[in-house]
Amino acid sequence: MTREESLTLLTQAGAVKRGATMWRRRLLDAVADAGMRTMQWLVILLLLVMTVTLLMRSLPILRQVGALELLRSHAWHPMAGRFGLAPFIAGSIAVTVVAMAIAVIPAIFCGVYMAEYTSARTRAWLKPLIDLLVGIPSVVYGLWGVLFVVPLIRDRIGPAVDAALGPMSPFFRQTNPSGYGVLAAGVVLALMTFPLIVAVTEEVMRSAPQQMRETLLALGATRWETTKCIVRHAALPGVMAAVVLGFSRAFGETLAVMMVVGNAPRAPTSLFDAAYPLPALIANNYSEMMSVPLYDSALMAAALILLVVVLCFNAVARLVIHRLTGQP
Amino acid sequence: MSKHLSDSILQASVRPAQSLHLKRRRFEESVFLALMRLCMLGAAAALGLILAVIFWRGVGALSVEMLTQPPRGNFYLGGGGGIANAIAGSILLASGATAAAFCLAAPLALYLHAYARRSRLAAWVRLTLDVLWGIPSIVYGAFGFSLMVFLGLRASLLAGVLTLSLVVLPILARTLDEVLRMAPPQLLETGFALGATRLEVAGLLLRQALPGLFTALLLAFGRGIGDAASVLFTAGYTDNLPGGLFSPVASLPLAVFFQLSAPFPSVQERAYASALVLTVMILVISLAAHLSMRRLGKHVVR
Repeated sequence: MTREESLTLLTQAGAVKRGATMWRRRLLDAVADAGMRTMQWLVILLLLVMTVTLLMRSLPILRQVGALELLRSHAWHPMAGRFGLAPFIAGSIAVTVVAMAIAVIPAIFCGVYMAEYTSARTRAWLKPLIDLLVGIPSVVYGLWGVLFVVPLIRDRIGPAVDAALGPMSPFFRQTNPSGYGVLAAGVVLALMTFPLIVAVTEEVMRSAPQQMRETLLALGATRWETTKCIVRHAALPGVMAAVVLGFSRAFGETLAVMMVVGNAPRAPTSLFDAAYPLPALIANNYSEMMSVPLYDSALMAAALILLVVVLCFNAVARLVIHRLTGQP
Repeated sequence: MSKHLSDSILQASVRPAQSLHLKRRRFEESVFLALMRLCMLGAAAALGLILAVIFWRGVGALSVEMLTQPPRGNFYLGGGGGIANAIAGSILLASGATAAAFCLAAPLALYLHAYARRSRLAAWVRLTLDVLWGIPSIVYGAFGFSLMVFLGLRASLLAGVLTLSLVVLPILARTLDEVLRMAPPQLLETGFALGATRLEVAGLLLRQALPGLFTALLLAFGRGIGDAASVLFTAGYTDNLPGGLFSPVASLPLAVFFQLSAPFPSVQERAYASALVLTVMILVISLAAHLSMRRLGKHVVR
């Protein structure tokens, strides 16, 4: 094929403008290369800029109070100039851990089921279902929590658990008759993180080598034994990464949690206590934060803590997943 | 296959045969299969429950006035009016943010496929996008707020769109990336073989991925419309219809939130109705995205 012929083909396909000279095409290519390469770096820079901005904005409080004191102190009296983030961090961790305790095992089971046991047709039905759970806005989850989960905990689960397990440990005592608290937030968060864990588990299971599956089946293993072996030898880090991703998603969820968690700035000691996670703290106080000295700085420090925790968890988990799925 | 792998396969296959009868192994399988099906069913039931509760509680307060009127003076005390301000505001915010993010995401994704194929930079950019995807929107909100203060902007549509576009960017870029990955590799190879420049090949790719691109845009739009934490600081809230780029706008999720925190039952009823409106919008968008993805699947060579 001559050069002219290939050029004609490209022009017909609409890739090359009629009558464009080679010089012009090369120039456009180079300009686009430079422009788009800058964009790539901008994206990487964005992470850096976000971290630095939040760090700069929280510097005043870090200087005044000290980072360790800020993380350790339980005294939260913004008007008196005392900022301790410990109750909020404890609240965030409590809510997230409860959510994970509820969500992880069913989500892994579902992910495994989607990867190993479904035909393409069933999957075409199940996948949109999981996707829809991702798509529902967090305020709708929150409202569902208020309308359904909170009354359920207040009237049924709370008294039952209190009667059965309360005498054994203060952790199960129904300290808070309203129903708004750690457990309600945990249930709502569990549903919100569920689809993420399912999707990632499925992805890493699917990227396990097909020969492994075939060999095991050929040797007479049942499907479940095959699955177990794949999880144990190929997918385990990926499944753990899925859980870590779910954890960090739950850690940063704002509106839904804020609506059902009760928002009391104390470290929760029982499953039914009201708590006050970090994102709720930021969202609830945005309006007054400019009027009290150091308040905005304290809230930005809270955002910085969120960012750093999520960043570390996400980076590690995503690295593991990229390794496993062999993304270029 | 590595030594380690073949050993473990041998172990896994030999051990059960020695210690367990086939019946017991089958039984174990059926138990776990039932468990997995149960979990799947539980998820479906939870989804159904959410939708049922939202529909059942929301339908009552829904009216034409709700959808077409902005709130009147005593709206939060149970007076007349509706949430047209929030619906319009949300659509403006989400479409603006999706458009802004698309301008950055499309070149990003195309570059990853036409220029930086299998390069180190591409791996890093994908990792960064994935990490950005995971960052909570409240952090974007706080960051956007800091930028606003720095630039001297007030809470406004513009600030809301900018912040929301940061939230949407990784979602859009990664979805586009996946869509472009589905394009047949022959397309690239043929293009390069005919002497096309990388930019021209990117154009070919873009045309091939057009239906998938539509899906990605819809998904990003749906995510943008449902996101509240990032616009809480930056877009503000107002009872008026959106006035301009530099005035605050209302958004649906925040409308739900604020109405719910009012002490009057009749206003709370409206929160349920607003949530229903939001949910229906999301359902329609998801359905459209799903259908367009199916159509895409038909025409792509795999």
